[in-house]
Amino acid sequence: MRIALFVPCLIDQFFPQIAVSTVRLLRRLGVDVVYPEAQTCCGQPAFNMGYHDEARKLAERFVEIFADAEYIVTPSGSCGSMVRVFYPTLAVRKGLQGSLENVKKRTYELSEFLVNVLKVTDVGAAFSGRITYHDSCHLLRELNVKDPPRLLLRNVKGIDFVEMEESNSCCGFGGSFSVKFPEISTAMVEEKVKSIEKTGAQYVVAGDSGCLMQIGGMLQRHHIPVKTMHIAEFLYKGISL
Amino acid sequence: MHVTSKKFRAKAKEKTQDLEGRQKFYAATHHSVKARDLVVQGVLNWESLRESAHQIKAHSIANLADLLEEFEKNATTNGMKVYWAGTEEQACNYILDLARLNQASLIVKSKSMVTEEIELSHVLEKEGIESVETDLGEFIVQLAGEGPSHITTPAIHKTREDIGKLFAERLGVPFSSDPAHLTGVARDFLREKFLKAQIGISGGNFAIAETGDIIIVTNEGNGRFTTTVPRIHVAVLGIEKVIPRLEDLSTFLSILPRSGTGQKITSYVSLIRSPRRPEDIDGPEQIHVVLLDNGRSEILADPVMREVLYCIRCGACLNVCPVYQTVGGYTYGSVYPGPIGSAFTPLMSSLEMTKDLPYASSLCGRCSEICPVKIDIHHLLIWLRRKSVDERLSNPIEKLMIQIWFTMMKSPVLYRFMSKVGRVLQPIFPKRNSSLKVPLWSKSRDFPKLSPKTFKELWPEIEKETA
Repeated sequence: MRIALFVPCLIDQFFPQIAVSTVRLLRRLGVDVVYPEAQTCCGQPAFNMGYHDEARKLAERFVEIFADAEYIVTPSGSCGSMVRVFYPTLAVRKGLQGSLENVKKRTYELSEFLVNVLKVTDVGAAFSGRITYHDSCHLLRELNVKDPPRLLLRNVKGIDFVEMEESNSCCGFGGSFSVKFPEISTAMVEEKVKSIEKTGAQYVVAGDSGCLMQIGGMLQRHHIPVKTMHIAEFLYKGISL
Repeated sequence: MHVTSKKFRAKAKEKTQDLEGRQKFYAATHHSVKARDLVVQGVLNWESLRESAHQIKAHSIANLADLLEEFEKNATTNGMKVYWAGTEEQACNYILDLARLNQASLIVKSKSMVTEEIELSHVLEKEGIESVETDLGEFIVQLAGEGPSHITTPAIHKTREDIGKLFAERLGVPFSSDPAHLTGVARDFLREKFLKAQIGISGGNFAIAETGDIIIVTNEGNGRFTTTVPRIHVAVLGIEKVIPRLEDLSTFLSILPRSGTGQKITSYVSLIRSPRRPEDIDGPEQIHVVLLDNGRSEILADPVMREVLYCIRCGACLNVCPVYQTVGGYTYGSVYPGPIGSAFTPLMSSLEMTKDLPYASSLCGRCSEICPVKIDIHHLLIWLRRKSVDERLSNPIEKLMIQIWFTMMKSPVLYRFMSKVGRVLQPIFPKRNSSLKVPLWSKSRDFPKLSPKTFKELWPEIEKETA
């Protein structure tokens, strides 16, 4: 089985180790990974801000690049949603409609790919310690992915998995929202951090780097000793250590 | 409709700094959500109820003109008088004329968001007519000189202590924060008003085309009192409230009370069909139904945004919205706050006057998830953002930055080049402790540094690795 890796721009620039862990994790599970190097961004920032012409052009670019992939996997619920849910609203040019349909059907977020396509719920990882999980909004509500990450995490040997209160409450990132309305964004992440602290977890794990950036940024600013980790990194670390 | 949404940003900033207010508000909204969740849990066909409700509303809105005419025909046959108000001025003037004609000096009102929209009480008061809100929450905010801060629970921002103090100040009663006692105080005060009022004004949750009925769901009895005791009853409804058949009501009664107040059913469900008939022991002598357009038919014309007219005013989206939970209802500067308000208000007013509203959302989607009629609220907000950009309302600096970003993203060569430039320059970027200092972000949160290498740069090595 071969997948084409789609790396979110945030990960490319700030957290490339998430993508590296994704590749290594998939390879360990017997999946061949290619990385179409022409990719840049799915266009979501422009889309969310209302700049749909720009978003459409980036969508067309994406569809062209990934047109022939059998599976497209991305370690992000946000980017996955952009392709599956929002690309169809963008009036992509006629000649690409067919490719868009294919790309839409074949795009998966990492945890849903592992569980629903590869049928793997135990990657063979081990970690003894307490973790909690944050439901990223796009992953949960646009892609309807709630159980796969939990299955994968609960099956980590030795893990103490604790659900936080309001795990599905928005962390306040929302892309440009975090700087358009920084005070509201901060108030929202304050509540999220309170929920996290209540669990006593050493790590908070999530499937989207935007959320991790927001939550991590808050934890760090207040010197709270909880660490953030992307699910790809967490699972790979659990196998490799 | 009066909006002060241009003040959203400033008010939001203020509200986020009021930590005590935030705590109170957070607790109140969470309480509402818990109540709703508890009573929805046991409903095994909840999703199919939502879908049915959505379909009934879609059909109603698509056939609005026909249904409204059918309603008018039947309501008129039953003895009601139907008035078509194109604008809020027309609606208010109709009611004013009625009040003058009947020398009304006292009006009692049961809860109606649409009467807030047209600022009816303000118009009546200018005329010297006393207009008393009889819904307990509305009564409270009226006493306080405020408007409602929520679509269903107007005084959600007030604690029992706040209300106790308010009653003591304004009604001259000794302070108490006991809810049963406070309700009793309001009841005594309002009793007299019900009995003396010449006109009772209500809203309406639904208008049934097939029978000409007005449907009101209430808990406090004030709705019944208002629509039964005064000689004249005026029901004001937005035109979007009409549904085809009486049978359709069962779907909506299964979802509205649960979503709005966490109840399986409200204490009273009133089907108002006609004024007092000779054989009736009570009831108003006249019933006037004011059907209000006020911009709704323009919204109807937009095939995407018309979904906003499906709203049954339950308020669930407000309770569950993390932005509303943080800033409260008054911040939005509109009678309709929260997620549905952020979609409806720009359409009823103008995008220019309400620029921030569609953007004051992280698009988390909780609103759409909880909406009992499956309005895709957060996607409608994205649509409004698109309109905002198309109407050239965006900040020119933001527009420029998007163009720069877009130019970079279109070209992998430029992208790689700029990635390198960023890393070369990073040492001279402003820092805070050891993280990047980024405007608007770094005031409250740390921001990560650019990684030494992008994934693109790492790939050649990673590619060569084997499992």
